[in-house]
Amino acid sequence: MDLFLQALVSGLLRGGLYALVGIGMTLIMGVMKIINLAHGQLMMVSMYITFVCFTSLGIDPYVSLLICMPVLFLIGVIIQKYLLNPLIRVETILPENQVLMTVGIGMVLTETMRFIFTSDYKSVKTSYSNATFFLGNISFSVPLVIDLGFVTLLTWVLFWFLNKTDTGKSIRATAQDKDAAILMGVNSEKITYITFGIGSALVAAAGALLIPIYYLFPDIGGEFTRRAFVICILGGLGSTVGAIFGGITLGLAEAFGATYVAMEFEDVIGLVIFILVLLFLPGGFRRLIKI
Amino acid sequence: MVKKAVPFIALAALLVFPLVVKSDYYQHLMILVLMWVVIGSAWNLIAGYTGQVSFGDAAFFGTGAYTAGLLVTKLGWSAWWGLFFGGITAVLIAMPFGWICFRLRGAYFALATLALNEIMRHIATIWEKLTYGMLGILIVQTFASKLPYYYISLALAVISLITVRLVMRSKYGYYFLSIREDQDAAESMGINTHHYKMISLVIAAALTGVAGALYMNYMGFIDPHVVFSLHDISIMAILVGIVGGVGTQYGPAVGAFIMVAVQELFRTGGYGLISKLAKASGSETIISLSEFITKAHVMGFGILVVVAILFLPNGVVGDWNKITRLVLQKKIKGG
Amino acid sequence: MSLLKLDRAVKNFGGLAAVNNVSFEVHKGEIVGLIGPNGAGKTTLFNVINGFYSPSKGDVFFDGKKISGMKPHILCRMGMARTFQIVKPLKRLSALHNVIASAFVRANTRARAEEIAVEALKFTNLYDDRDVLSKALPIGKRKRLEIARALATQPALLLLDESFAGLNPSELNESIEIIRKIKEKGITILIIEHHMKVIMSISDRIVVLNYGEKIAEGTPHEIGSNPLVVEAYLGEAQDA
Repeated sequence: MDLFLQALVSGLLRGGLYALVGIGMTLIMGVMKIINLAHGQLMMVSMYITFVCFTSLGIDPYVSLLICMPVLFLIGVIIQKYLLNPLIRVETILPENQVLMTVGIGMVLTETMRFIFTSDYKSVKTSYSNATFFLGNISFSVPLVIDLGFVTLLTWVLFWFLNKTDTGKSIRATAQDKDAAILMGVNSEKITYITFGIGSALVAAAGALLIPIYYLFPDIGGEFTRRAFVICILGGLGSTVGAIFGGITLGLAEAFGATYVAMEFEDVIGLVIFILVLLFLPGGFRRLIKI
Repeated sequence: MVKKAVPFIALAALLVFPLVVKSDYYQHLMILVLMWVVIGSAWNLIAGYTGQVSFGDAAFFGTGAYTAGLLVTKLGWSAWWGLFFGGITAVLIAMPFGWICFRLRGAYFALATLALNEIMRHIATIWEKLTYGMLGILIVQTFASKLPYYYISLALAVISLITVRLVMRSKYGYYFLSIREDQDAAESMGINTHHYKMISLVIAAALTGVAGALYMNYMGFIDPHVVFSLHDISIMAILVGIVGGVGTQYGPAVGAFIMVAVQELFRTGGYGLISKLAKASGSETIISLSEFITKAHVMGFGILVVVAILFLPNGVVGDWNKITRLVLQKKIKGG
Repeated sequence: MSLLKLDRAVKNFGGLAAVNNVSFEVHKGEIVGLIGPNGAGKTTLFNVINGFYSPSKGDVFFDGKKISGMKPHILCRMGMARTFQIVKPLKRLSALHNVIASAFVRANTRARAEEIAVEALKFTNLYDDRDVLSKALPIGKRKRLEIARALATQPALLLLDESFAGLNPSELNESIEIIRKIKEKGITILIIEHHMKVIMSISDRIVVLNYGEKIAEGTPHEIGSNPLVVEAYLGEAQDA
């Protein structure tokens, strides 16, 4: 029973962070209708920024949120404005060229980091990295609990932004019906790069929050892109609330998988889940509830 | 008239090439080019003509290569049987995959191929009893000379180009293009879109599997990370397709030539020029630059993907008019 | 003899009935008009008939056979062709190649397919535009290309979804003439149309949908004087 509860708790805590990863991706998917296959790579870049802030400047990872979020926002804006938006105007036979573009971007980001930091594993060991407290026999990781607080805060801010501000409303309008939004006077080009910026900033936050309890090397980006995608599909493409459910589900699935199933096949299981979800839950949980 | 003659002139040149150029190195590169013509044509058929983009060609390539290798190590047959059976096993992977995953459209199908690529690599790594895992498979090559490999590769390249040409001029070609342009319209025109997507995938997988078997025969060594590589096989295949020209008959041939040259440029650090320059000048920045370039071929591929999609979305063949116009304009300005 | 028969067909989308309990028949050689205000479920009904959707309840019969749930490509082989309200040309193929691709359903060789295609293009007055890429055709010709492509499958039943929308008066007359010629060939037509004058003049019978339900059926004359129909249309006018 304790084993089960322990898996449940770690799954939920980790799921909160995954939700943040997924929300960023799903926002981009909802507005631009593209799958951002560089999403995990953006997170990886943010983790390296946090790593440098910590090791060279002694800045605490939580404080460095203030650095990596704006930086990644900017990177996101640049990617959307100069690399993705021009593709809409390009006349080409090649299908899915935007998705392919994000693959290329992901490769460049990964290799740039490998060039600077090599492929070695890095980690950020803060004083609280291994801190835990117990409720009964169940251990709670202190950084993960703090992270959950940050995730809740950021999600709340995002929802406030999307529901109350003009820019936020424009983003939601564009996601629902782009043509109608343009007719209503929404500057859709601006909305696209703001959205990509916000998505990148959110995943940047997830990266900075994760690094005290995780390890870091350039190829970690691909892993998180895959996770982000599974989260989005589970939650229903483009649904921000769904992404929270998707994130928690994935967190739980991984925690229980690690507890009860062999580790050796973890990657393969992840990929098989990926394909199964792709095939059978293209509308995500939303679809299950509706029908 | 001139345009029609180009393929034949190119073929004639390729036939005499190894008789004129005796260097093992250049013959080796040309063998790679010809192998990539096969893979690129296959990718072009399913992605360029049928519109179902594959991000995971390595799944079929690696399957073909492993088939050839395992025929030797497990059954004691000649690896050349792999040219036949490699194609068949690749099809055996492609059929259930396509059957299940062709209900997905567009980018989602592409993602499924990506996952297939990764799954196949993990299987090849984990299933040590069959595949020898990370140790890979080493076989003794049949020929010491490069010539036989060259002509076999040339034959395969020509066969795959002809196959694609014949397919595209038949009913199948019309159906593939219809599916690419509009699946709903195709369906209502009496085209069983699922069935014809399968046919396109099966042909592509077979050709790619054969190329994999050729690779095993020629290189004599494979391991999961070489033949199921996402970057060096799957992304390379896409680049061959894009750089040459998506949905054009000879695009993949041109693309293969360019991409092997680019790959070699990175592998050798600018064909050794930069390292020579580094030695001559003794400058530290140039030395580190030369080291960087030899390590950075994946980054180079990434940059190439970005640049190609932005500026040459239809490839050298597809955007030929645009390229010539640019060059001519510069000449006019210069003059 | 009925060629197409709907028996209490229903199509639900998440609890919402887009088509509700619709029954009617189309007889061989007829032109039947399908009208109704926007959102009445006309195009959804077409999608149910030609197999893009399978009916949630009820059945569809074609030529005496039950076809509910059959795929569009099979129905096309059986002799049912359709056009789309939002035209779906094969954009980067020429007009001729568009129609050849379609003609292969009835042809074993390329030459035969081309023969059928050329005939269909001449029939729809598009032969002079045969080498133009279909994305470069003006909307009126694209609408006719849809018809040509449908005809090339040599159908017994032709479903036309707003083939007259957006046409100028001379194109309109040309298209009406083509529809008449299609009828002379013995092809049965079910047509969705907003253009009242056109539908009243060419239809043998008319079926009226509103909110997914059939509210009236009859000759153009009967429909024109049916109070329910008038209300449905006036109601819409008042809302707008």
